[in-house]
Amino acid sequence: MASIAARARPVAISTDLSVERKLAGINIFIAFAALAVGGLMGVLQILRYNGLDLYTPSKPLLPGGYYQGLTVHGVLNVLVFTTFYIIGFLTYIFAKSLNRPLASSRLAWATLWVMLTGLVLAAIPLLTNNATVMFTFYPPLKADALFYIGLTLVVAGTWLLLANMIITRNAWLADNPGQRTPLPAFMAIVTMLMWTISTIGVASEMIFLVIPWSLGLVGGTDPVLARTLFWFTGHPIVYFWLLPAYISWYTLVPEQAGGKLFSDPMARVSFILFLILSLPIGMHHQVTDPGISEMWKLVHAIFTFGVFFPSLLTFFNVVASLEYAGRRNGGEGWLAWIFNLPWGKPEISAQIVAMMLFAFGGISGLVNASYNVNLVVHNTAWISGHFHLTVGTAVALSFMGITYWLVPHLTGRQLWSRGLAVAQPWLWFVGMGLFSHFMHELGLRGMPRRTDIGGAPYVQDEWRFFLFFAMIGGLIMFVSAIFYYLNMIMTLTRGKKLAEAPDFSFAKALSGPEDGPKILDRLLVWVAVAAVILIINYVPTILDILSTATFDVPGRRVW
Amino acid sequence: MKDKKFISYLFEVAWILPSVAIPVSMLVAILITAFAVGVRVPTTAGRVSVSAVAAGADSTFSQTGLREIAPGRYEAIITAQTFMFTPNKIEVPAGSKVTFILTSKDVIHGFKINGTPINVMVIPGQVSRVTATFDKPGEYLFVCHEYCGAGHHVMYGTVIVN
Repeated sequence: MASIAARARPVAISTDLSVERKLAGINIFIAFAALAVGGLMGVLQILRYNGLDLYTPSKPLLPGGYYQGLTVHGVLNVLVFTTFYIIGFLTYIFAKSLNRPLASSRLAWATLWVMLTGLVLAAIPLLTNNATVMFTFYPPLKADALFYIGLTLVVAGTWLLLANMIITRNAWLADNPGQRTPLPAFMAIVTMLMWTISTIGVASEMIFLVIPWSLGLVGGTDPVLARTLFWFTGHPIVYFWLLPAYISWYTLVPEQAGGKLFSDPMARVSFILFLILSLPIGMHHQVTDPGISEMWKLVHAIFTFGVFFPSLLTFFNVVASLEYAGRRNGGEGWLAWIFNLPWGKPEISAQIVAMMLFAFGGISGLVNASYNVNLVVHNTAWISGHFHLTVGTAVALSFMGITYWLVPHLTGRQLWSRGLAVAQPWLWFVGMGLFSHFMHELGLRGMPRRTDIGGAPYVQDEWRFFLFFAMIGGLIMFVSAIFYYLNMIMTLTRGKKLAEAPDFSFAKALSGPEDGPKILDRLLVWVAVAAVILIINYVPTILDILSTATFDVPGRRVW
Repeated sequence: MKDKKFISYLFEVAWILPSVAIPVSMLVAILITAFAVGVRVPTTAGRVSVSAVAAGADSTFSQTGLREIAPGRYEAIITAQTFMFTPNKIEVPAGSKVTFILTSKDVIHGFKINGTPINVMVIPGQVSRVTATFDKPGEYLFVCHEYCGAGHHVMYGTVIVN
């Protein structure tokens, strides 16, 4: 009897999110510490491109010079900064949106510890010039085994968060029968599902190919198989970076702008499409690879065009939400409502600036994915220009924008300088606008990426003009970063203690989840669809490579 | 209220239709350039033994250089290794159609000839095979565009078209 009574009247569920708050704070702190080091490397690079060599004086700290610095830049910015930030942010957003802590706080702490252990292990060879292999670590370049083991642990740590989310959501569904999963939690779990499925690629590369080979257990490897497995994860990873920014744009920005989300069902549809279409498109990074058939390259290009569609849905939905906010704030006209958005809020200005530059990044991304058009741009500075707009702005600037409200919320301290915070995104806009524009130009003129241009004997005269302006852009970004870090350090140490930490709420929707079909929430169905499409798009190529692979290419340390 | 819903529905349709039409028409354009005009991307061209190539024992790659296989048709056999292409200078008359056949002796390299559609990865154990026609006389720079180690930035060559 007692047990039936207990079941009928469940004990009150804890709403204590102190663990999630701590985890968000720690992860985001690690993320920005990594970005500080990684970003500084970028400054050295753009100066070196213009003949100012700071690598010689940095020799004691950076024995590997340009290429070690570039590896640090890539690993810290796109692997460490992004992953730690995302895990911290999603942990908290997920729990906050369900208004309950994660099912297992032990598992939540284990997530952090596994990732942090991995980071430390990978950092040792990275910082001692024993892993100067770029963040793509294409074999036969062979780093110290610790580098690969460490990165694998970082990825494995992220799986624990998905496990925790699934258990927590199931418990929530049991307590709230028939209810729709709140949109932020839904988006967070879809992001983690997509990411975890995608990591099958890089995890297999690490566990079956690279780690045994770097430990000397096997003598050789197969570079094309390794590349294919890498890009199996390597394109979906860009959606792993982007979707958390989208979560903020969909579920927080409309509220912060003083409006509502235009359509909840449309947002769910776009995330389901991201789950399905982000995965089977990695080979558009391998358009110029020998050993992979033209036909599958074309199929992956077509699917990449497909994933453009949910991004356009997102564009419509987010802009419609902003328009609603602008009109609620008294805005009128076709476009004049834009001026009625609360531009004085740094979280708003940062994220809208991020969206604006992202539009251009999306367009250059379509060029990259366009099958034979890729021949013009592959491995040129164009690509660097492209992803500095996407991960370097849409993602990084949104993540900075989020901290302008999240840090006061988590710490109970007021932002040290609102003025600096409002100016910072605009400086980023100008700096990144210049930098990425001229990198695109340089790429079209044949300048290779990931190359120590300052030491190259073949620099073309016409490159020098563009390199100069790319440097100006880079330096403006550097000033923007100083504004950001100064503000954050001062907020954490000197920020005015508030009587009560400012709370936040998620945006309400003009058209709520009840307007969309329930099947949108049936995640298993969509995972199954994604799996089938993924298998069709990858198994033939992988079997084809395996059928001729000889695994006899030895590793090299060439730096 | 009903009207308002209908209007926002119209807006959604007005956005979604171009959202489908734009990528589809871009795709059609790509298919035309690829299969009607013939701008194709590199594809599978067979494997080689990396140890045989490195030892100079591979029948194709032991004899690097340019050879004329028919009037105006050339084959250039090139090996890539840290940090050089062999050969790094290729001279052909204007109007030549040249097929470049490459492989790597060590790590992954890249091969892009500026001013042409040639852009291919050069991977140990794999044969890369790409073709271009050189109509305009001049010097065409080709660079290694994949990080291949400490001297990556000095790895380049030229195609001279007379």
